[in-house]
Amino acid sequence: MMDKFTTLTAIAAPLPVENIDTDQIIPARFLKTIQRSGLGKNAFAAQRYNEDGSEKPDFVLNKEPFRKAEILITFENLGCGSSREHAPWALLDFGIRCVIAPSFADIFFNNCFKNGILPIRLPREICETLMEDAQMGANARITIDLENQVVQRPDGSTLPFEVDSFRKHMLIEGLDDIGQTLQHDSAIQSFEQKRQRDESWRPTIVMETVS
Amino acid sequence: MARTLFDKIWDDHVVERLPDGTCILYIDRHLLHEVTSPQAFEGLRMSGRRLRRADATVAVVDHNVPTSDRSLPIEEPESRLQIETLEKNVAEFGVPYFKLRSKDQGIVHVVGPEQGISLPGMTIVCGDSHTSTHGAMGALAFGIGTSEVEHVMATQTLLQKPAKNMRITVSGHVGPGVTAKDIMLAIIGKIGTAGGTGHVMEFAGDAIRALDMAGRMTLCNMSIEAGARAGLVAPDETTFAYVEGRRFAPKGEDFDKACAYWRTLVSDSDAVFDTEVTLDAADIKPNLTWGTSPEDVIGIDGVVPDPASCNDPARARQVQRMLDYMGLEAGQKIAGTKIDVAFIGSCTNSRIEDLRAAAAVAKGRHVAPGVRAMVVPGSGNVKAAAEAEGLDLIFREAGFEWREAGCSMCLGMNPDKLTSGQRCASTSNRNFEGRQGPGGRTHLCSPAMAAAAAVSGCFVDVREMA
Repeated sequence: MMDKFTTLTAIAAPLPVENIDTDQIIPARFLKTIQRSGLGKNAFAAQRYNEDGSEKPDFVLNKEPFRKAEILITFENLGCGSSREHAPWALLDFGIRCVIAPSFADIFFNNCFKNGILPIRLPREICETLMEDAQMGANARITIDLENQVVQRPDGSTLPFEVDSFRKHMLIEGLDDIGQTLQHDSAIQSFEQKRQRDESWRPTIVMETVS
Repeated sequence: MARTLFDKIWDDHVVERLPDGTCILYIDRHLLHEVTSPQAFEGLRMSGRRLRRADATVAVVDHNVPTSDRSLPIEEPESRLQIETLEKNVAEFGVPYFKLRSKDQGIVHVVGPEQGISLPGMTIVCGDSHTSTHGAMGALAFGIGTSEVEHVMATQTLLQKPAKNMRITVSGHVGPGVTAKDIMLAIIGKIGTAGGTGHVMEFAGDAIRALDMAGRMTLCNMSIEAGARAGLVAPDETTFAYVEGRRFAPKGEDFDKACAYWRTLVSDSDAVFDTEVTLDAADIKPNLTWGTSPEDVIGIDGVVPDPASCNDPARARQVQRMLDYMGLEAGQKIAGTKIDVAFIGSCTNSRIEDLRAAAAVAKGRHVAPGVRAMVVPGSGNVKAAAEAEGLDLIFREAGFEWREAGCSMCLGMNPDKLTSGQRCASTSNRNFEGRQGPGGRTHLCSPAMAAAAAVSGCFVDVREMA
């Protein structure tokens, strides 16, 4: 279901801004879809397009070679605000497979993993260095090696990063969380049975399906 | 070992602890709305999985719904499709559903507590970051993405690691005209939008105990704006009195048993918090935001910051960018700044108590010329209760629009939007660029402050309007 993430060598787009919220990544008016795909064209819509729909040439993702970026580097608190998973869907649909920032908002961080996007926390100074690398464009590809947990700069030097072991495993294998959890179905069942036995006061929601 | 309220709720829901510390956490209530659920239902269908517990799941339409005449069809085809898709899905999977034209319909975070669906000690999730609202009940409630929505549908659990514990103590008592919204804006202004990252935030202190349930919901609602995973207020007599008699709450002997358990849900006196923050309620003024992040908070007597006084050049650039977007001058007094729109509503501030506070200001006054003022109740039941008290008449006579329940102009997914450049006094929760409509300028404030701005045509200190 989800694409595996092992290594990625790609162009990185620098976006040196703090507190990029998920409303910026994908504004609410584009959430009226019932699908996951097709959101990439509206990623960062307010920054990318003028009111008449033409592109704003100064925005990084409208410039070559960053139109083909697969890595996005920002400053602190990336993905704050709304829990909309449309934000990682939009990034993925644009082509982004890895986001690097000094810090992330919790829900966005989590949502990235669920979609095969690797979020990497690195100190601000390192993000600034990587942004300088990224500015060199197509000749300065950055490599992400998830197995060995390193970012390789264009000059060949490497920077280690931390990743939760469980999430790393899920990404590398491209595994589906639900399938994993359902392997523990008997534990869930016994939890439910114990609840019913010992805490029968717990209400259920029973009503005509439609009120 | 001494435990916090969060620890206790967490421990009571751990199904299994995996070797790396990830927990399979049992979920008591799953709330669904039309925007973040269609892809999850589709995933369930594609993988041939069943909805594990329809009797722990509730759906309602709120984000997209028009707040105008409900007897008319929904004009926007994409909104209509999302609503129809939810209706098909709830029918197929047997999910209890509050339909658009029911008086029980409303914003999911207003409906949950109102119906007694959200109860103390529960784990409550929804594909919406403002699920933190339900923490006011003393429940562990947090927003999740659509993949996790599907995970809960299929397994009634989530894979989670425990959060860190943060306690925010607001001691003393707030002065007149200062509300839960002002307290929360003060907190976010103090710790910033990433201040609570990785933490569950428990609110404590006399000023919190003194709040009614609506106030506590306002507080917990915006804990996500401080970056927290969830907000919590320990349940107490105020909570139990609120819960008793609600439609889906336990009744009779079951209620007594529930209460006995709920009374254990307090942080132990010797529990240790990873982070402690304290505020003195007496210092809190009627607050509002000036910029495009909820942490950009000033008191009504304050002035807009000057980028020249920022030490960090990156911050100076950001402040300048926000001033440009907001159409404000450095050093300008926020009081007296003219508004175009006042929006009273959203999951933050659309409960009957909020509407009463706004109506008290609106009564006998009139919306200033050129200002559009709208009141959007949080649910059909809130609307009916307000009408029974005559609040609708007060608002209508004062020139406010009295609308149907929904998320409305909080995020502009329905026709209620700001146009570019319009300035809005809004009781909602996010002042991000474009949040209420492309180019719209949002100032977050309390219902009383929004009503005061509506009738004055500009921001004023509600304390001076007695």
